[in-house]
Amino acid sequence: MRFAVTVFPGSNCDIDAIHAIKDVLGESVTAVWHKESDLSKYDAIILPGGFSYGDYLRTGALAAHSPVMEGVREAAEKGKLVIGICNGFQILLETGLLPGAMRKNDHLQFRCSIPTLRVENNETPFTLQYREGELIQIPIAHMEGNYYCDEVTLAELKRNKQIIFRYAGENPNGSIDDIAGICNRNRNVLGMMPHPERAVCDWMGSSDGMKLFTSMLQYWKENYGAA
Amino acid sequence: MQLKQLVKSLPHEPTPEKIRDQALYKELGLREEEYGHIVRHLGRLPNWTEVGIYSVMWSEHCSYKHSKALLRKFPTQGPRVLQGPGEGAGVIDIGDHLAVVFKIESHNHPSAIEPFQGAATGVGGIIRDVFSMGARPVALLNSLRFGELTSPRVRYLFEHVVAGIAHYGNCIGIPTVGGEVVFDPAYDGNPLVNAMCVGILEHDKLQKGIAKGVGNPVIYVGASTGRDGIHGATFASEELNEASEEKRPAVQVGDPFMEKLLLEACMEMVDQGLLLGIQDMGAAGLTCSSAEMAAKGEHGMELNLDLVPQREKGMTPYEIMLSESQERMLLVVEKGMEEKVKAICDKWGLQSAVIGHVTGDQRYRLYFQGELVADIPVKTLVDDAPCYAPEQKVPDYYRENETICPVEQVKDVDPQEALLQVVSSVNMASKRWVYQQYDHMIRTSTAVRPGSDAAVIVIRGTDKALAMSTDGNGRYVYLDPEQGGRIAVAEAARNVVCAGAEPLGLTDCLNFGNPEKPEVYWQFAQAIEGMSAACRELETPVVGGNVSLYNETKGQAIYPTPIVGMVGLIEKREHITTQAFKAPGDVILLLGETDAELGGSELQYLVTGKISGRPPRLDLEKERNVQQTVLRAIRSGWVRSAHDLAEGGLALALAESCIDGKLGAHVSLETDLAPVVHLFSESQSRILLTVSKENVDHVRTLAEENGVACTVLGEVTDHPELTIQVNGQVVIHQPIAKLTQRWEEAIPCAMSPSSI
Amino acid sequence: MFKATIFVTLKDSVLDPQGVAVKGSLHSLGFVQVQDVRIGKRLEVLLDSESREQAEEQVQAMCEKLLANPVIENFAYEVEEVA
Repeated sequence: MRFAVTVFPGSNCDIDAIHAIKDVLGESVTAVWHKESDLSKYDAIILPGGFSYGDYLRTGALAAHSPVMEGVREAAEKGKLVIGICNGFQILLETGLLPGAMRKNDHLQFRCSIPTLRVENNETPFTLQYREGELIQIPIAHMEGNYYCDEVTLAELKRNKQIIFRYAGENPNGSIDDIAGICNRNRNVLGMMPHPERAVCDWMGSSDGMKLFTSMLQYWKENYGAA
Repeated sequence: MQLKQLVKSLPHEPTPEKIRDQALYKELGLREEEYGHIVRHLGRLPNWTEVGIYSVMWSEHCSYKHSKALLRKFPTQGPRVLQGPGEGAGVIDIGDHLAVVFKIESHNHPSAIEPFQGAATGVGGIIRDVFSMGARPVALLNSLRFGELTSPRVRYLFEHVVAGIAHYGNCIGIPTVGGEVVFDPAYDGNPLVNAMCVGILEHDKLQKGIAKGVGNPVIYVGASTGRDGIHGATFASEELNEASEEKRPAVQVGDPFMEKLLLEACMEMVDQGLLLGIQDMGAAGLTCSSAEMAAKGEHGMELNLDLVPQREKGMTPYEIMLSESQERMLLVVEKGMEEKVKAICDKWGLQSAVIGHVTGDQRYRLYFQGELVADIPVKTLVDDAPCYAPEQKVPDYYRENETICPVEQVKDVDPQEALLQVVSSVNMASKRWVYQQYDHMIRTSTAVRPGSDAAVIVIRGTDKALAMSTDGNGRYVYLDPEQGGRIAVAEAARNVVCAGAEPLGLTDCLNFGNPEKPEVYWQFAQAIEGMSAACRELETPVVGGNVSLYNETKGQAIYPTPIVGMVGLIEKREHITTQAFKAPGDVILLLGETDAELGGSELQYLVTGKISGRPPRLDLEKERNVQQTVLRAIRSGWVRSAHDLAEGGLALALAESCIDGKLGAHVSLETDLAPVVHLFSESQSRILLTVSKENVDHVRTLAEENGVACTVLGEVTDHPELTIQVNGQVVIHQPIAKLTQRWEEAIPCAMSPSSI
Repeated sequence: MFKATIFVTLKDSVLDPQGVAVKGSLHSLGFVQVQDVRIGKRLEVLLDSESREQAEEQVQAMCEKLLANPVIENFAYEVEEVA
């Protein structure tokens, strides 16, 4: 399976995502500079965390207009897997590939911790190796993870089972309905504030994030034959 | 012979004669005799730009004029040292063609005035020091001192300093993995913000801040120059007073996004081997970086200031040279390589400009609008800065303290009550409120997160890891600077040993008051004496650091506070050890001896509201033996947890290991001391270990061979309680949940006093 | 030359945690009359447009496309001619 990790000026979790895919998952991965718009070579695209363009104007807003996002949009339309982590999630919201918007954490502080999440829907390419309702520990590190959408959108997200992860304990940012991660209606675009790439070895504090990547791999093998 | 060009003075600036006659140099912090030296060096009267340049180069911050003689006492060499003090950061070999690069630096004065940006730019500066050596920064630590949180101003400073550190480190993507915070009235008007950065370097990528090769271009990279921070270095070399508000330079605003681009661009240039010399434009900006590079390279330099990227209109040479705008780097490359540098800068969206070239005559010449505006023998800026050895005097308080007996002050306190007070003291309590604002996991190499004795970062591609810790107890140093200096080094080393590492070396940040006061200078000299002795005994050379003097407000000096940033090497990841108790049934051992030492202790402070007497004594040979014993025990695979006994003594160490491990402990000990004295004494050279039952004898034998006292204290239990018996009587019996709650809530409660 | 002054504010339906915090601080400073605080952004954009109409059109487009996020933000602007 061929992964791409997009790199914007100010991305800083790109190397962690590459490490998780290459060294832990053992799949091929390429860092793709934000000026490239052709992503047709790749089966899955990771938009990593960080502070693209310094988070200036609004988190993710400036990155959302870079050439590589055209490639991401095309990939999403073709049914390829797209995952936005933290800043990547914020970028997906700004491009409209996922509904809603991000606000500052309700306590107004940056928060780095390892919260417990509940897997709300395991019938997606990203979560098929988890059990529904499984409690997993995945680190967070953000200032703006306070997910917001209006009532109508929220009802729709619930109806379509697009809410993939919720915070199971304390909500670390004030997000609506304790949302930690959502997907699109086609289930092939996932945005999440927690960082699965930071939870791939026990010594990191948790290895619960690994199943997200192995789920993607399994999905791809089952649906497209080759690895 | 070249015709001697006339050095111009600009029309709106004071003339050289006026500078002399009205002693205007004094406003820039230069003394009369220093001005005299300048005149002799130049063979004429200096113009305004030149006086400005000398004033920053000869400020305490850049020249170490009050500290140079004392700093020579530090051992700076060792078999693994690749670069000692004098460059951006120190470099120590860690094998596998890799080296660790690290340095600590203060940003106390800017943080006192504007805490968020002051702290943020402090972090930015130390990161540039590390990557200008060619190293990839991998971890940040910080050591903070504030007044008491009962004051709204202190809460404001604390909140914004932490937010500023978080902002910069999180955004640039370097984990902040450790550090310490202490609150004491001694820092009320003058907080300390010391930031440390650790990087990893491949040997052949080591860079230096040097200019060489006549005709080679000097390239400016990064943010534009504005009027911010002019005279920051001089400002940092004076006491804070009411006038500081007006005198202060325009606040520098940090842009971590810009620095991230600068970091990546510089890393690419290093990888491509493009650089001959590189130096951060930090304190004293363009002046210090260019003059130091030229002087170190035994060359001269000519700069055309019209080519310096400028953010504001109408800047004078004086302003351009003295600006401390952030996120700028100065490079020297081989002639012909300019295009390659520019291509990399363009890729990262950074501006760059060739602003001058290297010359062979050791002169430092600046041109502005076609005129020569400064012409200085460059070595006089760097090597001929004045050097002072002020008078020393033993302070009265030190003599008075000799007869005070701290044990008498606390011996009647109930141990259980003492423990509850100590765990909920903001100094001893959990610092989660702080470190959860720092991204401590980015780069996915953090194996021990904040909260243990030392943080641990794994080195990818090897089985090795680095342990790092900052430490410095100002109370001890105040009560006895020589002993306090020893303890600062020993405790930092002990912390990394407890993580399973061999201490490699250290960087220090020496925060003191006004050195022109004889009592302060005595503290300074004594502390360096003690630190040096400990460095020699523990074989931990000082490879870099920073001196921050004049930490006073309204004539009141802070506690003398040398901060030690220690780095240690863990040979195998399986040796990584933390302080948390691991399993019920493990045996708790104490290495080292406990005496009645409560001077400067947390208990003394909580009971009496102040500190007095003599601090704990540190026997260097004992310290070395206990550290070697623990390291060997860890490497033999016998140790489940290791925790340094520090402030709060044995009782707090036991409580912390229980809280962290979510387990209980049953301890029973015999002592001639009063129970509360034994449990809260802060005697040095003690480490708490847990080992599984079958390894107890191994550790006891090893300790005996090394001449280290080893006492079996009790065992770890799955009852969630801490029970301590002294001489057969239960003196402490507390649920872990209650201790945890007190310990966790102390700082959040102190930060929102209205919610209590 | 035209100068556009653009105001970006959170929609009324969206909680503004910064505003809430500032309100709390104002109350503790004794400004008990304060009922609500909303924090927004003000942007100044200098345009070399041919006419005021063209400048307004461009500002409208840039607000919709980038400067404001329609999910949570409203925008308003003024355009004036400058020398």
